Amino acid sequence: MAFLQLRGVEKFFGAHRAIKGIDLTIEKGEFVVFVGPSGCGKSTLLRLIAGLESIDGGTLTLDGRDITRLPSAKRDLAMVFQSYALYPHMTVAENMSFALRLAKEDPDVIQKKVERAAEILNLGPYLERLPKALSGGQRQRVAIGRAIVRAPKVFLFDEPLSNLDAALRGQTRVEIAKLHRELGATSIYVTHDQVEAMTLADRVVVLRDGAIEQVGTPMELYDRPANRFVAQFIGTPQMNVVESAEVPLAGTQGKHAAFVGMRPEALRLTAVGRGQISARVELIEALGAETLVYLHTQRGAQIVLRQNERTALTPGEAVGVDVDMAHLHLFDADGRLLAAHH
Amino acid sequence: MSAPITLRIAPALAVRTVAAWLVALLIFFPIAFMLLTSFKTELQAISVSTMWHFTPTLENYTLVQSRSDYLLYAKNSVITSVVSTLLGLLIAAPAAYSMAFFPSRRTKDILMWMLGTKMMPAVGALVPVYVLAQSSSLLDTRLGLIIVFTLSNLPLMVWMLYSHFKEIPPDILEACRMDGANLWDECRHVLLPLSLGGLASTGLLCLVLSWNEAFWSLNLTAAHAGTLAALIASYSSPEGLFWAKLSAASVMAIAPIVVFGWFSQKQLVQGLTFGAVK
Repeated sequence: MAFLQLRGVEKFFGAHRAIKGIDLTIEKGEFVVFVGPSGCGKSTLLRLIAGLESIDGGTLTLDGRDITRLPSAKRDLAMVFQSYALYPHMTVAENMSFALRLAKEDPDVIQKKVERAAEILNLGPYLERLPKALSGGQRQRVAIGRAIVRAPKVFLFDEPLSNLDAALRGQTRVEIAKLHRELGATSIYVTHDQVEAMTLADRVVVLRDGAIEQVGTPMELYDRPANRFVAQFIGTPQMNVVESAEVPLAGTQGKHAAFVGMRPEALRLTAVGRGQISARVELIEALGAETLVYLHTQRGAQIVLRQNERTALTPGEAVGVDVDMAHLHLFDADGRLLAAHH
Repeated sequence: MSAPITLRIAPALAVRTVAAWLVALLIFFPIAFMLLTSFKTELQAISVSTMWHFTPTLENYTLVQSRSDYLLYAKNSVITSVVSTLLGLLIAAPAAYSMAFFPSRRTKDILMWMLGTKMMPAVGALVPVYVLAQSSSLLDTRLGLIIVFTLSNLPLMVWMLYSHFKEIPPDILEACRMDGANLWDECRHVLLPLSLGGLASTGLLCLVLSWNEAFWSLNLTAAHAGTLAALIASYSSPEGLFWAKLSAASVMAIAPIVVFGWFSQKQLVQGLTFGAVK
């Protein structure tokens, strides 16, 4: 049975329909990531679930209970904010215990829960400090701790890592993944960073303009994107999508295809005159473990190729490109997937 | 190494110090002059030769005390300013809260409109207010004065509290709602502790404004609800010598609020420059 269910959820800002009737089912214990470009409505959708914005249409049920009109305080959800949103006048311990104290829990139980959370998050030495005496990473851990001690039905994360620097972001991402494995709590995580989406999620929900483009496991989205948008949103460097005339296609599907998508690793450099595409090297990015080769095809398309070997090529040189015809994504003129060749 | 630098900075610092002292003395001069005059006899008060050299006397103070009931006026001042301030905070805080945290498209307009009412000279509303007070038997009552003080300070209070609330990240209040807090919990455990400074400075300022208010107390009160401002005014007269007695009455009227302001000046200045300097 669905744990959290959204049925036709809508949100209007004035006349603008910001969330366009979302249907989504989340199972207990699942880690679901909402991802999409800025302005796609992912944070709004999370705030609708949190009850921080009112739902204008549709229903929201949690664990069999309709919570569409329930105030945030009564939904039994915890949220980790991008800005941490710690109570500046309370110590770390007070911040983490605030919800329990409001709920009039037994002080001994509260203390145990706070200590346990502090232990999990390595916050033990900081319990008596005020948030201003903590680093950004520590503050984010307190914010997570504040959610943990409550043992809520669902954890909501609103871009929790975007205020951290790159190194800390990677580290905290790993910690969140570990935490989810240990606690097995149902989580919804909003991010614009597709690496976070791919590494953390059981399932990813790709949003655009307030509507769902595709829902699936990270690998499903990578291997079988439902349309051009998802294909190009997931994966770095992004999938090459070129007009179908660029690549010689066989079969009936080939005739209907308007665009062909090729992951950078589905391309291989070969000698001039060989392979399906003739191109000229524009730029080489040698990253050590892998090398990205940016190419300009004879027909005028820009494509990028990824290989593990280093290359002695220089910009301007002519090359042939061998396409792995078994890993093509064919899209119609509207950008919808015709078929993924696998 | 540091010696030449010190020498270069020193003149600028000296000029600034002298300028600051000059300005401070200029502002303080009327108060000092009033204080001196209150200890002179009426004749000394108008004579130039005794500007600085005179034998201080307390006769004006005893005269003021015997001629009018200082304590009654003082009590009226305290009650009207304290109650109107508390009442104002009670009304202004929820208004500022909703405008700061749940703004609508019209919030800015409402704020501007409220401030706009302060642009109108008080005398423009004198007749209607007087008639209203008269017909509701509020003339010469403390209640009448409290209502007028509260309403006339309200725009400023809402504005000050609004800008204080604006400094609190709305995320914190949302986090608190997610933590299970209802509106009361939210105000008590989070909003109040975080805006205590703002509430205090707003309250202090309005207390001072109400205390100093003269126009309405002169026009709406007489013997019963008159405040210290009305007491001072009663010592001004079209003929005869009254400067020394007027000064003594003024000193007695402003002394409590000056002492009060002295101890709370840090809060006051902080409240007024909040947001502008930060």
